[in-house]
Amino acid sequence: MTLEIKEMSKAYGGLTVVDRVSITMEDADIIGVIGPNGAGKSTLFSLVTGFLDGNGGDVVLDGKPLGNASAVERAQAGMVRTFQVPREFAHMTVRENLMAAAPGQGGENLITTFFRPASVARQEKEIAGKVEETIRFLKLGVVADTPAGRLSGGQKKLLELGRALMTGAKLIMLDEPFAGVNPVLIEELSQKIRELNARGIGFLIIEHDLGALSKLVSKLYVMDRGKLIASGEPAAVLSDAAVREAYIGGGAN
Amino acid sequence: MDAYLIAIAIVSGIYLLLALGLNLQFGLTGLINFGHVGFFCVGAYTSAILSTNGVPVAWSLLAAALVGMLAAWPLGVISIRLREDYFAIASLGFSEIVRLVATSEGWLTNGVQGIAGIPRIFSGVTGQSQAIAMLAIVTVFCVLAILAMRRIVRSPFGRMIEAIRDNEEAVKSLGKDPAGFKMQVLLLGSMLAGLSGALYAHYIGYISPDQFIPFITFQIWMAIIMGGVGRISGTVAGVIILMVFLEGSRFLRDIAPFIPEVAMASIRLGAIGLALMLFTIYRPQGLMGDYTKR
Repeated sequence: MTLEIKEMSKAYGGLTVVDRVSITMEDADIIGVIGPNGAGKSTLFSLVTGFLDGNGGDVVLDGKPLGNASAVERAQAGMVRTFQVPREFAHMTVRENLMAAAPGQGGENLITTFFRPASVARQEKEIAGKVEETIRFLKLGVVADTPAGRLSGGQKKLLELGRALMTGAKLIMLDEPFAGVNPVLIEELSQKIRELNARGIGFLIIEHDLGALSKLVSKLYVMDRGKLIASGEPAAVLSDAAVREAYIGGGAN
Repeated sequence: MDAYLIAIAIVSGIYLLLALGLNLQFGLTGLINFGHVGFFCVGAYTSAILSTNGVPVAWSLLAAALVGMLAAWPLGVISIRLREDYFAIASLGFSEIVRLVATSEGWLTNGVQGIAGIPRIFSGVTGQSQAIAMLAIVTVFCVLAILAMRRIVRSPFGRMIEAIRDNEEAVKSLGKDPAGFKMQVLLLGSMLAGLSGALYAHYIGYISPDQFIPFITFQIWMAIIMGGVGRISGTVAGVIILMVFLEGSRFLRDIAPFIPEVAMASIRLGAIGLALMLFTIYRPQGLMGDYTKR
């Protein structure tokens, strides 16, 4: 898959929070977006995924410009995001959360629910199989029947990744997947992301944990006050003076 | 006394149909509908107008359910994408519009004088057997509605509406449009309300606009909150609790004869209000537990 984010912009009145940001991903890569708080990273995610309307710019996914496509249409096109604060379906079990994410379910309307129960049941079985695979892959077996609201922060992040996988997304956009996650789980999560990437899924990741992120991504983009200030290989970007200035603050060497 | 109990059972059944629809909308989907009585009113008037003009009652009941459902369509188209609190206000406004139309369009609804002489459902039988026949048909509809709700809860559709209730943005992020689901839920709930209204009209025999005030909506809300939001058993229990307080307070004067007759209506309202407060303090999840207790 390929992704081109072209000159995305968002302004609130006179305040430009995302200023002509362009990001290119070729051939299902893992790309990181970093920057200090308030740099506009999450806003950029919301613009790209259609959760916010921007003031100009476009997203091209696999050569197709998404134009004014809604959040739902963008997700259907294969671009699925997670949220900085996990948005699990709190009163549903982990298994139900994953079942709900499966695309193209014939049973998701009242007509089939009442008049075609057999075909719905058949599809449910198929989906349940895929859900078991996902649960095994993410090692969520112990909590499979626990209401998602009771999971730990790290488990919720895993669950959101699992839901994104269930949709069959081509590009998964993770908003701070390592925040509040213990180091062991971070390592494991990174490993899963690499495995999924090897299967052809692209990842765009916002993260503050530079250590874990720079080991994971092939390219880093740095945002500050709405603008891209640097991009390139992680090692080169992190030693860039402007980046250190913006990110770590003046005086750090 | 028998006749009294049968009458209460019939009214309970009519309320239960309303409550099952609202529980589907609010308890399962999170749709805050403050205008439920509007569809009840539409159903009542549809069946009353048709049957007093010679349409057989079986057909007028069916028509009431359909028109109740269709009446929800424009409300849904205009406001289903609103945030939940705005939808609540829009729906409340809708039910008031319905009542005002019923009040002012005299050529159709006979205005404030209402429609009298609405035929009974089984006009062949009389007296006690008439009431029992009415109870039987209300019961049949209630059982069918409960079975339908159970099927919905266990279906992929039911799973998705619960997901919408828990987090609408997350549903969108998975490529599913909440609006379509909410619209279906609004239509089905309104269909039940329409049917319920028709049964009410044929049971009471006389309808007028002042019977369809927002207070009816809020009684149904109280029922599902006291019974347990998002639970079918809770909806049933809630309607029973509501009827116990509504009807039980009728007998208050037997033990407290000093209460003047004119104060009784207020006392009954107070009794339901007190019940609601006690529930929210001591059992906020409702009698049967709400959807958070698995």
